Amino acid sequence: MKGKKIDGNMIRLLIIFAVVFLIASITKGSGFLNVGNMQTMAKTLTEYGLMAIGCGVAMISGGIDLSTVYIANLCAIIGGKLMVDSGWGILPAILVSLLIGICCGALNGFLISKLNIPAMLATLGSYQLFMGIAIVISKGSTVSLQVGAADRGTPKGDMLNAFNGFASLTVLGIPVPFLVFILMVIIVSLILSITKFGKRVHLVGTNANASRFAGISNVSVIIRAYMLSGLVSAIAGLISLSRLRSAKADFGSSYTMQTILISVLGGINPNGGFGNIPGVFIAVLILQMLSSYLNLFPNVSNYYRDMIWGIALIGVLILNFYIDQRRTRKLAQQ
Amino acid sequence: MENILSVKQIKKSFGGVHALKGVDLTIKKGETHCLAGENGCGKSTIIKVISGFYKPDGGTIEIDGKNYPVMTPAEAIKAGVQVIYQDFSIFPNLTVIENLAFNQVLANKKKLVNRKEFRRIAEEAVSKINFDVDLDALVETLPVADKQLIAISRALLDNAKLIIMDEPTTALTKKEVSRLFEIIDQLKKNGVTILFVSHKLDEVFEISDSITIMRSGENVISCPTSEMTEEKFTYYMTGRHFDANDTEKTQRTIGKPVLEVNGFSAPGFEDINFTLHAGEILGVTGQLGSGRTELSLALSGLLKPTGGSMRLEGKEVSFSSASKAQKAGISLVPEDRLTEGLFLPQSIVDNITVTRLDDLGTAAGYVNHEKVLNESASWVKEIGVATKDHTFPVSTLSGGNQQKVVLARALATHPKVLILNGPTVGVDIGAKYDIHNLLKQLASEGVAIIVVSDDTAEVIATCDRALIMQNGRITGELGKEELTAQNLAAAAG
Repeated sequence: MKGKKIDGNMIRLLIIFAVVFLIASITKGSGFLNVGNMQTMAKTLTEYGLMAIGCGVAMISGGIDLSTVYIANLCAIIGGKLMVDSGWGILPAILVSLLIGICCGALNGFLISKLNIPAMLATLGSYQLFMGIAIVISKGSTVSLQVGAADRGTPKGDMLNAFNGFASLTVLGIPVPFLVFILMVIIVSLILSITKFGKRVHLVGTNANASRFAGISNVSVIIRAYMLSGLVSAIAGLISLSRLRSAKADFGSSYTMQTILISVLGGINPNGGFGNIPGVFIAVLILQMLSSYLNLFPNVSNYYRDMIWGIALIGVLILNFYIDQRRTRKLAQQ
Repeated sequence: MENILSVKQIKKSFGGVHALKGVDLTIKKGETHCLAGENGCGKSTIIKVISGFYKPDGGTIEIDGKNYPVMTPAEAIKAGVQVIYQDFSIFPNLTVIENLAFNQVLANKKKLVNRKEFRRIAEEAVSKINFDVDLDALVETLPVADKQLIAISRALLDNAKLIIMDEPTTALTKKEVSRLFEIIDQLKKNGVTILFVSHKLDEVFEISDSITIMRSGENVISCPTSEMTEEKFTYYMTGRHFDANDTEKTQRTIGKPVLEVNGFSAPGFEDINFTLHAGEILGVTGQLGSGRTELSLALSGLLKPTGGSMRLEGKEVSFSSASKAQKAGISLVPEDRLTEGLFLPQSIVDNITVTRLDDLGTAAGYVNHEKVLNESASWVKEIGVATKDHTFPVSTLSGGNQQKVVLARALATHPKVLILNGPTVGVDIGAKYDIHNLLKQLASEGVAIIVVSDDTAEVIATCDRALIMQNGRITGELGKEELTAQNLAAAAG
């Protein structure tokens, strides 16, 4: 039964992936195809890749999550503060950060499902709120995990070094953050495809009114979907805290746009109900490859980058529109 | 006489559903033409094609001798075609004057509002049909019949040559219907052509000059009303000869009470009392807005009751959600399968098994795909859903098969009480009889069934007893022997 349905979208993504990879490899050769570049790419994509998973889950549930980046920053700042200022251990600090991420998601879900605020507005509002809280907690400055001279050699210094070192660990040459990303891709994929909750997320996203009539508790499903998004965003925040050894309330604000682009490119229907996380995974890889490839052209200014992503997003939306139309026509002919 | 409207070979499909399979419709200038057919035969679709709302897949439209290759709503209005929809498309929060004058002022591209001008236009509009109404009243405070007349007056302001009335009598009382008919007569005298869409036999014979009957997306006959008989009318509508034995009910044993409702109230209805027994099919009928839909929602946990009590098998119950009602044994087949019933683009499998996820899954939440497929396959077979592959989207099915999917989902919860709101609306004849037979079979197995319907024939064919609702209250009850078309019409007043 499983092999019977090969997802057309997945094939399309794999083809795009192969084409981009080939073009980059052929035109840039070793500048692109070297271990260092691959490792950098794997490390960089992890953070917004995780947030894209969160945004993807929200989109499948019929909404969108614009607050992922700021949930990540808030969690990173709280985690960092707990370790640097309050002297907490790594594990409790991580657990509290993850919990905060889940709570942020629960708030989003509550606003959307219980108070019927459109997801776009609810998460736009909460994004401002989370950023505001982060600014207050960090007093507007960077929370740094750099080990100062005074702390060198003390247990606190060792602990901070251990945490900071995490992002640069590798297993068989593969950066550990990337492995965490893959693990989350697998876990969230399974949650969405083989659990009651996952099936309900798809159904609520398709038609929230029909799901109410069918006896699904929309409130519970939507709150849990955003909690999942908050959790993966918190993980992203902790990874960036470790990689940069610092956290800031407005770090990575351009990622918001990218997470949406990736979700849509990955085949998640912006109207809800359809899409899968492996598609998002491949879309993340494609986007990072493109981004790194562009970096290899010093004469393509960074100024163009936003414009290129904007064109890409609208292009994908237009393409999906036509693909959808063709599919409807095909079904009508049956 | 020349034709005001002539459409030929109109085709229209939605997804896999062929709503119109080549429809011809010719209406002569100045006549009152009736378009009849059962629910779902394509009446509404053809109207929307004529008024430019839907783009047909094929065919030609000719209005007043002019051919329209591409019809748009604006062009239809310019050509003099006006549709009075069932919801009348008026603004309830505005006054009568504003509703009447708005279109014309907009059409004249005036930027400023002139109160006197508004009043003049409105007075002119109501005078055309001698309609006596307080022009300063808010429309939402007026009775349904007045809203309809406002819509008609407004149509006349736009120099309507052809007024299409889509099931205009659904929400009207007897008296209001005769007032409407007087107005139609008057319009006719003034040279306006009327296309009257209805499936009510007596009205059709009373008002129309000629009749077109549609069935399953095709027009089956067009003729002057004088050549039509009631017998032929029913035959052409349903495609089968009605047999006296047909309506004879199979004897079922009515068991002990399952559901007792006392002084039950919620927004939309109040003080409802009835007892439903095992193996009984209880009809609940009434006009649009009589509270019948709200009652079905409140019984199945989708509308919060404000008073009274509900006892299921002797135990007092109240449900805060549909899933709690389902678990206790009450399932609802909702009124509108497209917005309330189905997840249209999702698979038939998911649509059937949505209510069964808790039972099919483990406590930890894991759902075995194989199990889900088996469950769905067994229902597809049991209930006779015609599909090649149940992993196809449910939108690929015809209306009747879609309804069977909604029904299968409700049955999958093994309900003690099954409530169906409009069980065969928009369903083809074959599926309709399948569904009716299925209901009878379920009742004989001891399921207590409530059929909420405004389809008189359906209530007579399936129910053991019927409650008549009006303005949120039960105003009458008809037992098995009293269940006839005449009695139902009389009770509905």
